[in-house]
Amino acid sequence: MAQAAIELIGINKSFGAVRANRDINLEVARGTIHGIVGENGAGKSTLMSILYGFYQADSGEIRVGGKPVSISTSNDAIALGIGMVHQHFMLVDNFTVLENVILGAENDALLKSSIAKARSELDRLEREYGLEVDPDAVIEELPVGLQQRVEILKALYRGAEILILDEPTGVLTPAEADHLFRILKQLKDQGKTIVLITHKLREIMAITDTVSVMRQGTMVATRVTKETTVGELAELMVGRRVLLRVEKGQSEAGAVKLSVKNLTVKDSRGVTMVDNVSFDVRGGEIVGIAGVAGNGQSELLEAISGIRHAVSGEVMLEGKPIDLTGKADPGELRDRGLAHVPEDRHHVGLVLAFEENENSILGYHDDERYLKGPFLDVDAIMADAKDKIEKYDIRPGNPRLKTANFSGGNQQKIVLAREMEQDPGVLIVGQPTRGVDVGAIEFIHKRLIAMRDQGKAVLVVSVELDEIRSLSDRILVMFAGRVVGERGPEATEGELGLLMAGVEHQEAAE
Amino acid sequence: MSTPYAKLPAWADYGLIPLINLSVAFIVAGFVVMLVGENPFRAAVILVEGAFGKGTGIAFTLFYATTFIFTGLSVAVAAHCSLFNIGTEGQAYIGGLGIALVCLSLDSVMPWWVIFPIAIVAAAAFGALWGLIPAYLQAKRGSHIVITTIMFNFIAASVMVYLLVGPLKPAGSQAPQTRNFLAGAELPKLNWIIELFGAKIRSAPLNICFLLALVMAFLIWLLIWRTRLGYEMRTYGHSPKAARYAGISETRIIITAMMISGALAGMMALNPVMGDQHNVAIDFVSGAGYVGIAVALMGRLHPVGIVLAAILFGMLYQGGAELAFEMPAISRDMIVIIQGLVILFAGALEHMFRPYIQALFASVSPKSVGMQAVNGKGA
Ligand SMILES: Nc1ncnc2c1ncn2[C@@H]1O[C@H](COP(=O)(O)OP(=O)(O)OP(=O)(O)O)[C@@H](O)[C@H]1O
Ligand SMILES: [Mg+2]
Repeated sequence: MAQAAIELIGINKSFGAVRANRDINLEVARGTIHGIVGENGAGKSTLMSILYGFYQADSGEIRVGGKPVSISTSNDAIALGIGMVHQHFMLVDNFTVLENVILGAENDALLKSSIAKARSELDRLEREYGLEVDPDAVIEELPVGLQQRVEILKALYRGAEILILDEPTGVLTPAEADHLFRILKQLKDQGKTIVLITHKLREIMAITDTVSVMRQGTMVATRVTKETTVGELAELMVGRRVLLRVEKGQSEAGAVKLSVKNLTVKDSRGVTMVDNVSFDVRGGEIVGIAGVAGNGQSELLEAISGIRHAVSGEVMLEGKPIDLTGKADPGELRDRGLAHVPEDRHHVGLVLAFEENENSILGYHDDERYLKGPFLDVDAIMADAKDKIEKYDIRPGNPRLKTANFSGGNQQKIVLAREMEQDPGVLIVGQPTRGVDVGAIEFIHKRLIAMRDQGKAVLVVSVELDEIRSLSDRILVMFAGRVVGERGPEATEGELGLLMAGVEHQEAAE
Repeated sequence: MSTPYAKLPAWADYGLIPLINLSVAFIVAGFVVMLVGENPFRAAVILVEGAFGKGTGIAFTLFYATTFIFTGLSVAVAAHCSLFNIGTEGQAYIGGLGIALVCLSLDSVMPWWVIFPIAIVAAAAFGALWGLIPAYLQAKRGSHIVITTIMFNFIAASVMVYLLVGPLKPAGSQAPQTRNFLAGAELPKLNWIIELFGAKIRSAPLNICFLLALVMAFLIWLLIWRTRLGYEMRTYGHSPKAARYAGISETRIIITAMMISGALAGMMALNPVMGDQHNVAIDFVSGAGYVGIAVALMGRLHPVGIVLAAILFGMLYQGGAELAFEMPAISRDMIVIIQGLVILFAGALEHMFRPYIQALFASVSPKSVGMQAVNGKGA
């Protein structure tokens, strides 16, 4: 084996009673791409945070390039040539690319000379690694894929030899993800070492050289990627066989529960985001909306759930119209049996600063069950939260823990538990399994199918084609705000892919 | 990982850090005292003795603290809903108007225990009304609450000047203030409580508003953490998008929060007006509303913290007055500087020392840098 770029030896880290990392050993060879997979809450982010100096290990040793080092701040990590691309980008939105790249690394008192130097350096990096971005573009105007490239450039500009990426593709479209992987391969060819955390086992198979599996804080296995399979990895992660595609019976579609007619939605700048869309969802079926992110799916969901104003059209919930002026009361829609799992769980579906139990009533906080007059019935809320934790296996099972301290997959389970346990007639779900591990995906998919089998109408929006194909009874494809096709669950990936790219649509238009 | 620094244990967060901030404020203040040629240690002794040394001092300290509890709670309630209410000053001033109207019309016919509840309602209602207008403008028109509340402070001041030199001034009087209230509008003093502990009190304005302030602190705790309304305010305060999703009306929650905030500000006026001066005079709020901002920040928006911070500021006011009296080189303005330093270090620069303390904790005992014990299954 080539010389190790990083060695972690006997790393332990606890948060109170939660042992996030126990006796972890990990060795990553120089010039390779190493994947880390594991369930939500397995401790992957914690381990990388220790390497990057955000957290201190309780015990254990870190070696970089063979030498024992101590990393107590991210500056130490940067000095050792370790760079990190965060899941939630840490860029200044109204700065340009160039300004963001040099932020914190300005080395002259006068900005002007360092800017000139930085520009040529940035130019070199961009050319060398195929990371084209306009250095003068303002961050907030760039799509996420490019923002991520800026994060990578930032790390390289600081001289990173080892690059850590924590779930980098969660927010990317498939094309953007492909481009990212080409960049990563190029970086590897230039001798950089890359650690990639992801829940998408396919990505692991496609790009990594070696892969480690974590489970409940321990490192359970390391494999050479070529010698393993998706099935084996999934099994190692969860400790049992995982169904990568959940079985489901024939749907028995009943009456129409949700009906959308000629819906048109514009964004705040007046750009049409949803363009004359019509479809029905019947009780007992799952309708999936496929499409590349940004083709109007988010706006569609928001309009249906009463959060966003629609320009024209009609939405009927169980035969009665929904107020589309943007003034609809989401509380009233909930009473009428509409449950909504929003795409953006961090800002919309959850209040991260709240305790878990407080989030488990969000939106239902005016329900009598949780109240005693004007007061919150703390005991009832707690009992209810514990009940959901039990049923949905939310970990750690502590309803008093701050929601921000749950791992991504468990946060998603908190939202799903809340919405599904209300026994709604219609459930709309945006990106049900973004950032969620394979075991939890199986669980969530089973739950959604169980809802369907109870005769509920389920509308799922997802950018993951696999997910759409395995869940849906009918698939609608959105492109540029329109529904450009409807297919059955037997549709092939290629067929859907073409629709998503708008190919057929354009031909038809000509 | 969005937090670049790990968490500190609760005792360090709520005890150690404020203590360090406060010490630094006093050290810097000490240098200022040295600069004018006085002995900073003697100054510190005079300050603390002035505030807590004698019964009278304690009574004055608590009297000032009462005022700051009200204004601190007022700022905190709005802040939980992410509204920066700078208008506490004006709301308190207008609250005084409500009290004046009640007292001037009823003081000759009723005893204090009838007038007091009516005056509480009037003070709260007038303050709430003064908070309502900026709230409405923010909720419906998007006018920023910071700007409108500042403007409303000026409007309140002008209105009160007009009334106090005009309609509310007794004929023939030269002073811009109402006539003195009769016994019916004078609140009982609480000095006997301090005298129970054996201290002597000459004359001090500590009155039952102090107890009212403590009751309000408890009620606000209940409101914020134990009621549906408080839950909605906090949801909106942390994330307007989540509030929208949860069906919480933005207009309603902004207006409600600002009215509660205004009501608390208005109630502040009870303390100086009915408890001490027995009239409404020009400028009687004299900056207590702004001090409320510092008190709320320093008290971490929690009623218990606010009561403690209010007592600290009460001490600075009372001890500061003694200091200005005892040390001629130290003027009233110097006291304001010291108060400003406390606000600077405890409020504005609250997080200045945090990273160092965290690094220290991390190197001494990494285990302590995490969340409080979690009794989950582990993961
Ligand atoms: N600051 C914290 N305080 C308390 N517990 C924490 C904290 N950070 C993480 N944890 C807990 O430590 C465990 C490991 O979390 P970590 O974020 O490392 O998981 P992960 O493997 O990255 O999960 P995911 O795939 O969902 O991102 C979880 O149980 C989590 O709740
Ligand atoms: Mg993670």
